[in-house]
Amino acid sequence: MSTGIGERVLRKEDRRLLNGQARFVGDIRLPRQWEAAFVRSPLAHGRIRSVTKPAGLEDRVFTAADLADVRPIRAESSLPSYNPSDQYPLARDKVRFVGECLAICIAPTRAEAEDLAERVEIEIDPLPPVVDALKAREPGSALLHEDWGNNLFLTTFFDGDIETLRKTAPVIVEREYSTARQCMNPMEGKGTLAHWDEKAGQLVVYTSTQVPHLIRTGISEFLGIDQGQVRVIAPDVGGGFGYKCVLQPEELSVSWVARRTGRPIRWTEDRREHLVAGANTRQHHYKLTAFADERGRLLGMDAEITVDVGAYSVWPFTACLEAAQAGGNLPGPYDFGIYRCRTWSVATNKPAFTPYRGVARPGVCFAMELTIDAIARAVGREPSEVRKENLVPAAKMPYTNVTKKFYDSGDYPESVAQAEKAIDLKGFRARQAAARAEGRHLGIGFSTFTEQSAHGTKVFAAWGLPLVPGYDQAMVKITPSGSVEVRSGNHSFGQGLETTLAQVASEWLTVGTDRISVVMGDTGITPYSTGAYASRGMVMSGGAVSKAAEVLAGRVRRHAAHLLQCKPEDIRLAEGKAWHGEAHVGFEDIARAWYLRPDQLPDDVETAGLEVTEGYKPDIDTGVFTYATHAAIVEVDPDTGRVAIEDYFIFEDCGRRVNPLILEGQAYGGAAQGIGTALFEEVLYDANGQPLTSTLADYILPGPAELPSFRLGHAETLSPYTRHGIKGVGEGAAIAPGGAIVNAVNDALSPFGVELNSLPATPERILGAILRATPETEAAG
Amino acid sequence: MKPAPFELHRPSDTALAARMTGGGDGTIKPVAGGQSLGPMLNLRLTRPAGLVDITALPGLTDLRETATHVEIGAAVTHARIEDGACPEPIAGMLRHVAGGIAYRAVRNRGTIGGSLCHADPAADWITALTALGASVVATGGTGTTREIPMTEFMLGAYRTALRPDEIATAIRIPRHSPGARWGYHKICRKVGEFADAIAAFVADPQTRVCRAVFGSTGGAPLVSPVLAAHAARTGTPADLAMVKAELGRSGLSLGAVKIHQLAVAHRRAVAEALSDG
Repeated sequence: MSTGIGERVLRKEDRRLLNGQARFVGDIRLPRQWEAAFVRSPLAHGRIRSVTKPAGLEDRVFTAADLADVRPIRAESSLPSYNPSDQYPLARDKVRFVGECLAICIAPTRAEAEDLAERVEIEIDPLPPVVDALKAREPGSALLHEDWGNNLFLTTFFDGDIETLRKTAPVIVEREYSTARQCMNPMEGKGTLAHWDEKAGQLVVYTSTQVPHLIRTGISEFLGIDQGQVRVIAPDVGGGFGYKCVLQPEELSVSWVARRTGRPIRWTEDRREHLVAGANTRQHHYKLTAFADERGRLLGMDAEITVDVGAYSVWPFTACLEAAQAGGNLPGPYDFGIYRCRTWSVATNKPAFTPYRGVARPGVCFAMELTIDAIARAVGREPSEVRKENLVPAAKMPYTNVTKKFYDSGDYPESVAQAEKAIDLKGFRARQAAARAEGRHLGIGFSTFTEQSAHGTKVFAAWGLPLVPGYDQAMVKITPSGSVEVRSGNHSFGQGLETTLAQVASEWLTVGTDRISVVMGDTGITPYSTGAYASRGMVMSGGAVSKAAEVLAGRVRRHAAHLLQCKPEDIRLAEGKAWHGEAHVGFEDIARAWYLRPDQLPDDVETAGLEVTEGYKPDIDTGVFTYATHAAIVEVDPDTGRVAIEDYFIFEDCGRRVNPLILEGQAYGGAAQGIGTALFEEVLYDANGQPLTSTLADYILPGPAELPSFRLGHAETLSPYTRHGIKGVGEGAAIAPGGAIVNAVNDALSPFGVELNSLPATPERILGAILRATPETEAAG
Repeated sequence: MKPAPFELHRPSDTALAARMTGGGDGTIKPVAGGQSLGPMLNLRLTRPAGLVDITALPGLTDLRETATHVEIGAAVTHARIEDGACPEPIAGMLRHVAGGIAYRAVRNRGTIGGSLCHADPAADWITALTALGASVVATGGTGTTREIPMTEFMLGAYRTALRPDEIATAIRIPRHSPGARWGYHKICRKVGEFADAIAAFVADPQTRVCRAVFGSTGGAPLVSPVLAAHAARTGTPADLAMVKAELGRSGLSLGAVKIHQLAVAHRRAVAEALSDG
C-alpha cells in the first residue's frame, strides 16, 4: 500500500506519545542535575530597590547583578515608529508585569528550590500600573519604558478615502469589539535543561521549543557565545501553539547558570507560572465602521485596532507582528476597495505578547464576521447570503486585495455554500421558528476566513524583523540497510510532521513510511530551518524534503542502473524497489552496493552517495492562502446564559492534503481551542494589574463535554506556487469559532434585542445583557 | 508548585488525631483525600506545620444504616457514593450529587467529610446535605462526640463550627419516606467545575418536612423556609420575581446575574422534584 502524499497513514509518533514513552524535557535526568525555581515579581509595575539572597546560600541564588554580562533581549524592527524594549532575563531596575523573573534559585529538587526562592527578599517601590490598553494609549498615562515618552511599541496607518464613503454610503454600521487576553495552555509548559558538554566544548540546551535553530541563535547572541558552542535540542514537545516560537528569558537564565556552575540545571514551568507569566496573547480591541450598499455589499471599512501587547517585545518576532497582521488581514476574504486602518501596539503591565495559533486572525475574523452579520441585519437579509456576495469570487482568482495581499487560489463563496448545505440552513430556519414558539432559543452563525500560510522571505523582511526565514533545508539519505532517514531542522510538537515528512519522502522513494525515520529538533544533527510557525512546516520543510527526495530518487535510479545493467531513465521506482521491466533490485541491494560492496560498482560511479541536502522555498514569498468557512448551530439558555453547541461544521481548503487523517485532527484541535476563545478563556486583572485567573479553577478551558462532534468537509484547490500544491493549515481551525459561535449566539438572542460583541461569550456576559434588556417581569423556567 | 515542608502523621486513634490537630495552634490540619488541600499546599496558600492523615482512623470509611438514619464515614469517597455503595436516605439523591462533583479522578480520592470541612461555598455536599437535614458527627480530643446540624455547621466561606481539636468522623442523614421528592440543580460554566449557582429542594409529604436551600452564595448555604413552604403548598415553584425577592431579603451581596441564576436553579430543582417524570 502506498504511504505517499494523500494517504491516511497512522501517526508514527503516536506509539510513544500515547503510551507514555515520549521524552519531554521533564523526563530527562543527567548526572549531577539540579532543579531551578524563579523568584517572580509580585507587582505589576515597580522600581526594584533590592533583591537580597539568603545568608549562606548566596551561591545558589542568581540575580540580575550576577547576570551582568548577559545582554537584554532586544528585538529590532526596521518599521518606522517602532520602539524596541530591553528585557533582561532577570529584571533590572524595574519590574513590568506580575510574574517577571527577579532571581533564579537552584537546589537538588524543585521543592527545595522553591523553599529557597521564598527566602529571597525583594523590595520594590510600586509604580502606577498600566492595565487598560486604550487608556495607556493616551498622553498622561504612566509609562512602562520612560525613555519612549509614550506606551506605543508601534503605530501604523493605512489610508483610504473613507470620508467620501461616509457621505455617500447607504448603510453605515459601527461597532466596537474586544477579545480577551488568553493563555495558550499547551499540556507541557516551557521547560529547559542546560549543561556544559566539556568534550564537545558546547553548551547543550534541551528546551521545549518550536524553533530550535532560532533559539540557538538567540542564546548565542544574548549570552555572547559563539554559535558553534551552542547546541539546542528540542526533545518531544507537548504542544506549542506559538507559545514556544520565541526566545524565553528563562532559557537564557537557565543556560547562564548551567554554564556558570558547571552543573546540569533544569527548570520546568508549572501551571501557575504559565497562567500568570504566560498570559500573553489574543487581547485586541476594535472600533469598526463598515460602509455598505442597500443589499449589504461592502463598499469600504474604517478600522481602529488596539493590541494589548504587554511589557516587552519578544525576540525575534517583536511586539508588532500581531497588530501588523491584524491591520493587514482584517479585510480577510472580502472583496472591497476602500480601507482605512490605524493600529496601536500598546505597552501594558502584562506578560509580553506572543502570537498564538492563528496570529491576529482570530481577532480580525471575529470582528469582521460579526460586522458582516450586523450589516445583514441592517439590510434585513440572511447573513450567509450577504457573506457570499461579499467574498472574493473564484472568477477573480488570483486576487490582490485592498491591503495588497495576493490570494493565490480558491473558491471562497463555495465554502459558504457547502457549509449552508451541510448544516441545512433552510431547514434550520424552520426549526428555529418552531423552537422559539416553545421558548427555546436556537441560533446559527457562519464565519469565513483566509489564512496566509508559509509566508516567506520578502514578507518577513518587510516587517523589518531581525531574522528572516529563507530556504528551509532538509536531508534525505538511504542507510546501509536500505531504510530511509529524513532530517529536518523544523520541529514537531504535535502536528504529525514525523509522519507527513516521511510521507513526502515516500512519495518519491516509494519506500513505506515504516522504513522512513524522521529526525528533527536538534541543531547538532539537522540542517537549518527557521522552525515551526506561520503554518509553514508542511509547505517549507515538506517542500525541502520533497526536493531532496526527488534528487535522491534520481541517484537511486543511476545506482540501480549499474546493478541492472540498463539506462537510468529506464528505471522505475515502486514498492521500495528499482525496476527495469520485471527485473528489480531493492533499496537494500542498492545501499549494500554503495556502502558495503562498492566492488560491485563501476569506477565512474556517482560519488555524492545516497545522501542529499536541499533547500527550498515556494515560488512566491507572499504566502499561500488557505481558507475555510465554519458554521455553528447553538442553543442559548436565556435563563442561565449557557451556550450549547448543537452542530459544528467546517469546510476548508488547504490545497493538497498530505495526510487527511492528520488534517482532520488539526481541525478538531484548532476548533476546540477556538471554542475556548469563543466561550471560556479569559485572563482577568484587577486595577493593580494582579492576575485573578492564576489557576485552572479560574481560567476555564473547554473539556470534552463542552465540545461538539465536529463535522468536516474539504476542497483541494492546489496552490500553483508550492511543491505538490500544498498550503499550510495547522493554525486555521482556531481562527473562526469566535465569529461563528457569537454570530450564532446573537442570532439566537435576536428576540431579546441583545447583541454580544466581546469574547468570550460567558454566561455572565450573555445573561447580563439579557437582564439589562429585559423587563423584570419576564418569567423563567 | 511544590508544598512547603510539613510533617505527615497517620494515627489510628480518633481521639489522638483530634488531640494532634488541636495541639498545633491551628498549624496542624487533618487531611483525607486532599483534593482541595493538596492544590492549596502546592500553591503554598496554606502551609501547615503538620498534616494528620485521618483515612486510617477506625470507622471513617464505614457506611451504616439504622431504622432512622444513614451514617456515612467522613472519609468515604464521592466515587463510592456515586457507585451506589451507600444506602440512600432518599431515593437516588446521594448518588446523583456525588456523580456531579468535579471529575471522576477527583471523586476517586475526594471525601464527603473533607468537602464539608473545607466548606467551599460552591461545593455540592454542603448544600445537598443541608437540604437533607443531615448533621456532622465530630469527635474531640477526649473521645467524646457531638452532633452538629448542617444548618449550624458552616459559618461562612471556608469556616466551620468544628473546634481545632475536633475531627469530623461521620455524617448522619435522616431517612426520608418512600414518597419523598428531591430536586438538585446546579449551573456550572463547564462540566466538573465549581457551580455558579446551586439549588436543592427536598419535600417529604409524610413527615411534612420540606427544605429549599441555595448554594454557591459566597457563604454558608441559604435556607429558605418561605420558598419551601410555597412549593409544598402549591406544588409549583414560586415565580422568578418571588424567588429573587426572597434572595434579595437574604442580606447576601449578590449580583443581578447571580441572583437570576440562583432563582432559575431553584425553580428547576423544585420542578424536577415535583414533576411526575
